[in-house]
Amino acid sequence: MRHTISVLVENKFGVLSRISGLFSGRGFNIESLSVGETIDPAVSLMTIVTSGDDRIVEQITKQLNKLIDAIKVIDFINIDHVEREMILVKIAPKKNDKTEVLKLAEIFRGRIVDSGASTFTVQITGNESKIQAFIELIKPYGIKEFVRTGKVAIAREGIKKTK
Amino acid sequence: MKMSGAEILIKSLKKEGVRHIFGYPGGVVLNIFDVLYDEKDVELILTRHEQGAVHAADGYARASGKVGVAIVTSGPGATNTVTGIATASMDSIPLVVFSGQVPTLLIGNDAFQEADIVGITRPCTKHNYLVKDIKDLAGTVKEAFHVASTGRPGPVLIDLPKDVTAGTTEFKWPGDVSIRSYNPTYHGNKWMIKQAAQMITKAKKPVIMAGGGVILSGASKELKELAEITKTPVTMTLMGLGSFPGTHKLSMGMLGMHGTYYANNAVQNSDLLIGIGVRFDDRVTGKTSAFAPYAKIIQIDIDPTSIRKNVRVDLPVVGDVKNVLIDIIKAMKEQKSQWGAVRNAWIKQIDKWKKEKPLSYKFDKNIIKPEFVVEKIYEVSKGKAIICTEVGQNQMWAAQFYKYDNPRKWLSSGGLGTMGYGFPAAIGAQIACPDKLVFDIAGDGSIQMNIQELATAVINKLPVKVAILNNGFLGMVRQWQELFFKERYSHTRLGVVPDFVKVAEAYGAVGLRAVKPDEVEPVLKEALKIKDKPVFMDFVVDWKEKVYPMVPAGAAIDEMIFEEEEKKPEKKLKAVK
Ligand SMILES: Cc1ncc(C[n+]2csc(CCOP(=O)(O)OP(=O)(O)O)c2C)c(N)n1
Repeated sequence: MRHTISVLVENKFGVLSRISGLFSGRGFNIESLSVGETIDPAVSLMTIVTSGDDRIVEQITKQLNKLIDAIKVIDFINIDHVEREMILVKIAPKKNDKTEVLKLAEIFRGRIVDSGASTFTVQITGNESKIQAFIELIKPYGIKEFVRTGKVAIAREGIKKTK
Repeated sequence: MKMSGAEILIKSLKKEGVRHIFGYPGGVVLNIFDVLYDEKDVELILTRHEQGAVHAADGYARASGKVGVAIVTSGPGATNTVTGIATASMDSIPLVVFSGQVPTLLIGNDAFQEADIVGITRPCTKHNYLVKDIKDLAGTVKEAFHVASTGRPGPVLIDLPKDVTAGTTEFKWPGDVSIRSYNPTYHGNKWMIKQAAQMITKAKKPVIMAGGGVILSGASKELKELAEITKTPVTMTLMGLGSFPGTHKLSMGMLGMHGTYYANNAVQNSDLLIGIGVRFDDRVTGKTSAFAPYAKIIQIDIDPTSIRKNVRVDLPVVGDVKNVLIDIIKAMKEQKSQWGAVRNAWIKQIDKWKKEKPLSYKFDKNIIKPEFVVEKIYEVSKGKAIICTEVGQNQMWAAQFYKYDNPRKWLSSGGLGTMGYGFPAAIGAQIACPDKLVFDIAGDGSIQMNIQELATAVINKLPVKVAILNNGFLGMVRQWQELFFKERYSHTRLGVVPDFVKVAEAYGAVGLRAVKPDEVEPVLKEALKIKDKPVFMDFVVDWKEKVYPMVPAGAAIDEMIFEEEEKKPEKKLKAVK
């Protein structure tokens, strides 16, 4: 089962390696990780996507909580939330595929953020399934470069509920 | 008034009530050592190896309940502490270790004697710090002592760049420590406590399994009360020895791989297992899927990560063991049940197991059995000594054949299993408790791992008694080779074992030797007379002796091998694969 976990941490040096060390040292898996400062510059937010059975994920959240620098840990599994990820894809389509590619980008509400002599760079934002679908569809046209931010998540207001 | 960083450090230590530091000097900690030169209230004990310093601080902490402190230099001084820190970490022992570091401007430059000790010790400390600004120094020290000694205790390291200890600033001691992200849970949930009390009342065959957490929390009195009012038999993990009196009629001794027949059987047949300050380590549970198959499990621990890590738990209670036990006892008393009658059959069953297969060995009048030595140590010390151990067979026999009636009398590296722990730990314990009798029960392999600390013990006039169970082998490994590798003793025969009597004498200590069983007691008595220097007692023991009972790795804990079956262990071993 895949879990998205947010960890609010003290913005101190070495914190990232405490977190990543916790995962690697215990054989837990990190699928994606994104880190950024919060409104309070003394605090950072990490969004970690990980997977494992209930027992493993319980250990992961407990171990994260145990870190002295971790202020708050939220596992979004039972919380209604919004998840987003952004990708930038540099595509080098054959000449006669160009319009096809542009159309696809448009359907996915992508934006062309750069274009060269024979390439486009498309920015797509969305949840996992949307991103995945776009990647599958665009693959045949020739992906030259590909970067993704990793997921970020935020709880929906007012209708937090447990499954 | 401005003070140097080094002065601030020592003043902070005094504020924390530190009297003894174990350490070793070097270039980047010269400022600190210079301050210690005139210092009257804080004494530095110079060990002969940084590993020894950390183990000594650890022994000091275990024996006294205070935080142990060590100071070492950068680079190799710092890396030499890693085994000591990891040992303390696995056993949740509160330490604050200070390492020197190259000046802040040089950090990251591969400067002379630079090591990223904060990075290296991150996974084996509870927390660690690099002090980059002298203004943070006093506050960091205070926070480190707080983190090390509260919640689930553990070692904390503070890395001190040379310019921080050499610089100057005003001394400002912070008021209270408050860390917004660190708030251990000290009191158990009320509903859980009520549930626990009800489960204990209902149980017909309960067992208490007590661990190191009981000792760390100072909850022995409460544990005894709970066991007595509910007539619940108690078994202890290696780390829990002494948390409950070993001579008490409800005590079943240690459980697990080399646990007693009755403790392991009781756990496997229990209908309720109350784990108190334990983490259900694999040496205790054996095959986890077959562990305590009929029992509901209650686990009481201050560290939520210990709960449900290895075994299923029906009722977790997160909190400080002492507080939780007080609350459970209160809830039990309110119920006013009659446990006595319900438990009689169970106690009788356990007594039957105790009679059936007590811990035993075959005495021989011609050759010294190591168990006999431990029994004699128990006799001559009247059960009152602080016993430190090395690792291996010596450790298991010391756990089995000495009865610990009080906490903080048993100092052994349980989690990491560090050979070389016992002797420096005994030095630390003797410094913490100058009036107590302190033994290190050792193997001839382990003692050589920190034998240089003889100098520390001699110069400080510490009458530590080292009983070497000299079997000429790395005995515990040899035991496995005999049982599971067709007696192929690959690299476990030590071949050359030094003459320990001469080694002791060379250092200015006393060396004694016993080769016949009737020499054991006289040697021990002779050793007890020596009050101003360490003694090495070389007990030449039967090298063939093995630790029994034994649960083979991967078997359930009631699938034990006993001495009388040693000729045919295969049958049993096959059955458990
Ligand atoms: C530092 C370290 N290295 C290796 C081991 C693996 N090991 C466990 S017990 C043992 C043998 C110990 O031999 P000895 O000290 O002579 O004690 P005995 O078992 O003979 O009582 C070894 C090598 C260990 N526990 N610690």
